[in-house]
This record gives sequence, C-alpha cells and structure tokens, in this order.
Amino acid sequence: MASEILNNVLIAKNLSIGYPSKKGDTIIAEGLHFELKKGELIGLVGSNGIGKSTLLRTLSATQLPLNGSIILNGSDISENTSLQRATQLSLVLTEAPASKNLTVLELISLGRQPHTSWMGTLTPLDLTKIEEAIEATDLVELQNKNCYELSDGQLQRVYIARALAQDTPIIILDEPTTHLDLYHRAYILKLLKKLAVEKQKTILFSTHEIDIAIQLADTMMVMTVNNLAIGSPCKLIEKGKFDALFPPETIHFDKTTGRFSVKD
Amino acid sequence: MILQKRYTPFFIVLLLVLLACFLINISLGSVAIPLSDVVASIFGGEVEKSSWNYIIQNYRTPKALTAIMAGGGLAVSGLLMQTLFRNPLAGPFVLGLSSGASLGVAILILGAGALGGFMGGILLNDWSLIIASALGSFLVLLAVLAVTFRIKDTMAILIIGLMFGSVTSAVVAVLSYFSTAEQLQQFVFWSFGSLGNQSWEGILILSLCFFIGILLSLVSAKALNALLLGENYAKSMGLKIKRNTFIIIVATSILAGGITAFAGPIAFVGLAVPHLTRQFIKTSNHLILIPAVLICGAILMLLCDTIAQLPFTEYFLPINAITSLVGAPVVIWLLVKKRKLLF
Repeated sequence: MASEILNNVLIAKNLSIGYPSKKGDTIIAEGLHFELKKGELIGLVGSNGIGKSTLLRTLSATQLPLNGSIILNGSDISENTSLQRATQLSLVLTEAPASKNLTVLELISLGRQPHTSWMGTLTPLDLTKIEEAIEATDLVELQNKNCYELSDGQLQRVYIARALAQDTPIIILDEPTTHLDLYHRAYILKLLKKLAVEKQKTILFSTHEIDIAIQLADTMMVMTVNNLAIGSPCKLIEKGKFDALFPPETIHFDKTTGRFSVKD
Repeated sequence: MILQKRYTPFFIVLLLVLLACFLINISLGSVAIPLSDVVASIFGGEVEKSSWNYIIQNYRTPKALTAIMAGGGLAVSGLLMQTLFRNPLAGPFVLGLSSGASLGVAILILGAGALGGFMGGILLNDWSLIIASALGSFLVLLAVLAVTFRIKDTMAILIIGLMFGSVTSAVVAVLSYFSTAEQLQQFVFWSFGSLGNQSWEGILILSLCFFIGILLSLVSAKALNALLLGENYAKSMGLKIKRNTFIIIVATSILAGGITAFAGPIAFVGLAVPHLTRQFIKTSNHLILIPAVLICGAILMLLCDTIAQLPFTEYFLPINAITSLVGAPVVIWLLVKKRKLLF
C-alpha cells in the first residue's frame, strides 16, 4: 500500500473542471478519478476546444477545480504554496518566452529558480542539474546561442530542458508538438518517452499527434464531450474510445493499425 | 548567468570610463580647469586658483553627481519597464511616467498660486517637488498597470501610455492658461531639465531616492529574470507575481519620479541605454544588467551634460534637448542595424 502511494505521483479524486460564473458553472468534465504513476508517459488527446488545456491548467493549479481534489505526492495541491508546487511540478506552455534575447543556457538556468536563494545565485548542485538537462535534451552545442537564433523544434527542446532543470517529479506539457514537422514531432515525443523511462519522471502532455502518441505513451487520456477515458492505448482501442474522438462521418479510426483516415 | 566572474574585467573598464567622464565633466565648462587641479580639489589638495576650488566644490561636483544618479537611475528604470511590460520600447518617458511627474509638478508650481503666496512658498521646497513628481509618475504607472492586467497586448499598453502623456500635457496646458507668467516660467525651466544648481541638501534627497530605487531593483533581480519567460512561466516557478510587480513598480516610480523632480523630464536615457548596454554585454541576467545599465546611463549622462554646458562658452543648453539629440539617433541606429529591438 505504501509503495503504491509512492508510485502514484498525482491522484485526482472526484475532480470536476470548468469555469465558475454567476450564471452557473460551465462544466467541462466531472467526477474524474485517475492516478499518474512514476516514470509514466501520459498522452492527453481530444479535439480542439474540448478542454485539454483546462484539464492541464487545473492539474498544475493554475486554475481552481470546480470540485474534488488533486493530490500531489501525498499532499493536497490547494494546500501547497506556489513555491512548494514549483518543486513538484514543472510546465512547458504553448506560449513563447517573453524575451527571445535569452541565451539557451540562461533560459534553462531559470528552471532552477524555485531552488535558488533570493539572489538567484547558482550552486554547484544547480549547475550539475542544468548540465544534466542540457545533455538529456542534446543541446550542448546550442547552449550559448540566443533563443531568437533557434528553430521551433530546437526551442521546444530548450523549454523541455528548462522543465527538466526545475527537477520536479512531474512535467506537464501543453501541446509540445504544435508548429513542428513530422520528424520533430516524433523526435520530441520520443524524447519525452526517454525522459520518463531514464529519469523516472511522470510526464503528461496534450497533443494532436494521436498516431505517434498511441505508439509511445504508457497511458492515454481521451477527452470527449463530458467524458474522459483513461487507460493503456491498446485497451482504449479495444473499447473503441478513439472512434468517438472525431465525428465518424469525416474521420475513421482503424483499430488494427491504430491510425486515423479521412472518409470519402 | 553562470560564471559571474567573467564580467569583472568588463565592470572594471566601465568604472574607469565612468571616472574619466566624471573628471572631464568637472574640468570642462565656461571656465576650463586642468584635470590635475580637478583631482587635487576633490581630494583636498592644493589648487592653483581658489575660485576653481569654489566652482568645483559648489557647482560642478554636485552637478556631476546629479548627472550620474539621473543617468543611472533613469536607465535602470527603463530596464525594469522593458522587462515588466515585455516591451523593448518601454521606458519612463514612453509609458507616460515623465508626463505624470510633469503633471504633479505642474499642479504644484502652477496650482501653488491659488493657495496664496505664503502657503505657496512653503509648498515649493525640494521635498514637495519630489513628492508631487513621484506621486504623479506613480499614479500614471498604476493606471498603465491596471490596463496591463486587463489587456495582454503590449502594443496597446504603449498606446495607452502615450494617451496618458497627451492627457497630462493637456491638463498642464489648461493649468498654464490660468497661471502667472512667473509660475509658467518656473515650470518651463523645470521642464527643460537641468542638472545644475543643486544644493548639497538636494543631492542628499536625490541620492536617498536613488539608493532606495536601485536597492529595490537589485532585490527584484531574480523576479525580473523569471519575468523574462512571461508571467505564466514565472508563476509556475513559484514567483509571487503581484508582490514582485508591486516592488518593481515602486522602484521605477521612486527612480523616475525622484529624478524627474530634480532634473526635469529627461528623454530617451531610459529607453536607449538598456539597448546600448545589451550591445556590449551578452546576458539577460538582471543581477549583471542592472549595474551595467546603471554605469552606462551615468556615463552617457555625464557626456550629454559635458556637451550641454558648451565648453569654453558661457552658454548652456537644456539637458533634455541633448539627450533627445543623442538618444533618438541611437534608437534608430539600433533598429536599422538589428532590424528589431529585443529585450
């Protein structure tokens, strides 16, 4: 039992997400129960506007849940200070950093902020963590470049490295594969898989790359209107959960290949 | 951010240039004083003419110190604005801070008449000028910030800053219409900007504002670094956005407001110096940038003041005109050279 609690890095209990308002809450999903385990790569899919970002924002405590609780490494997320959360959970957002003048090394070092003193001076431990993050994301040759010199694919690696340097058990990424070509989309998701296995991180990402995600993720979350199906990709395919993802008259899901195709 | 030691030679060179500019600034003017005598006077040695001693100690040294604090302080406040507003064009002048300070001072000088000569006389001392000017810039900054929380588009914020500028100049125009020629002249001279004629008391007040402002800026260095990634990333790294934004704003308004009160609205230093400094120093770490921008601002201001006092003549130009003449081409040159301004 104790080891199971340790293994479950993030637990959602009876979670309802959405937006509160005076006229009545807009509920996006309710009664969610799930556990995210250590070293697990979780892919979150769903069509545009279904509420993937809302779920990720709620899990990262950027947004309050309508109901229920999120347990992060044994303690309720709402009771933690923002600094405590920052040592548990790091984010890769869709937005680009405000300043493109930062060098790669500087941007990645910023990930150490929750661990540094008020001056932000880096200790030898901080430097080691930064170095590890740079090596894991294969950025050694780019580290002294400015961010405006990099391509979208390289930038995405830099953001992931920053989250790695923050050294948290959980990393949440909001659509890390947008704006990337096929090679880089596969590259980024393979990188996430490698980090989950080698560094024993729990990595949750939302994506539109369902084909690649099915092949790489340990667990998939399939979000449809008022429903969230969670399980291993194979089981979800068997249950036909992917069929409901898009309107069947336009997109068809082939269970044997695990691929989507456009219907004539 | 890593290996802060490698910036030591850079800072040594900067400080030497600053010292040289300081001495040259003191030595040049309507009466040229040899550098050796300048050094002697400052360190209490023998000076060839006693009048030189008087000029140096009561006129030129206070003026040079004001230039250092005004240039450094405005440049740092510009740097903070650029990071906080995520906009390379931000600065105390563009965001209407200086107009706010002008409005405060205008209400004080031009409105003092309404309170009668005696009361007006009491109101018009160094402290009240500072408070009016700092309050004016603080209020404008708060207004700009309130808008920032609603609108995420930074271009819109700049336009709003410019609008605040127009509104304040309109109010100043209305106030001028109802005031006496004497008051008007006092205000116009203040708005030309002047580093000279500071009493040692005034210098003391200015340096108090300067040190508090710089101290708060340095305390905010880590927060400013986090803000380079944007607010959401900063939050995700545990930064208390509201508290830190408030400290940064207080630092900026103390610096910009205090300096504007003493030296008048000085244009372009806040906008141009951070960009100029970034040409020499390849880091975005505010712990390095703040002191570097500070020294560069001080150097630029000393140089501008040296030009403004028109060496070997008895004339001097408004400092505001010189900083604009130097600053505007610098910004244009940077834009043309790099095609875009980054912060």
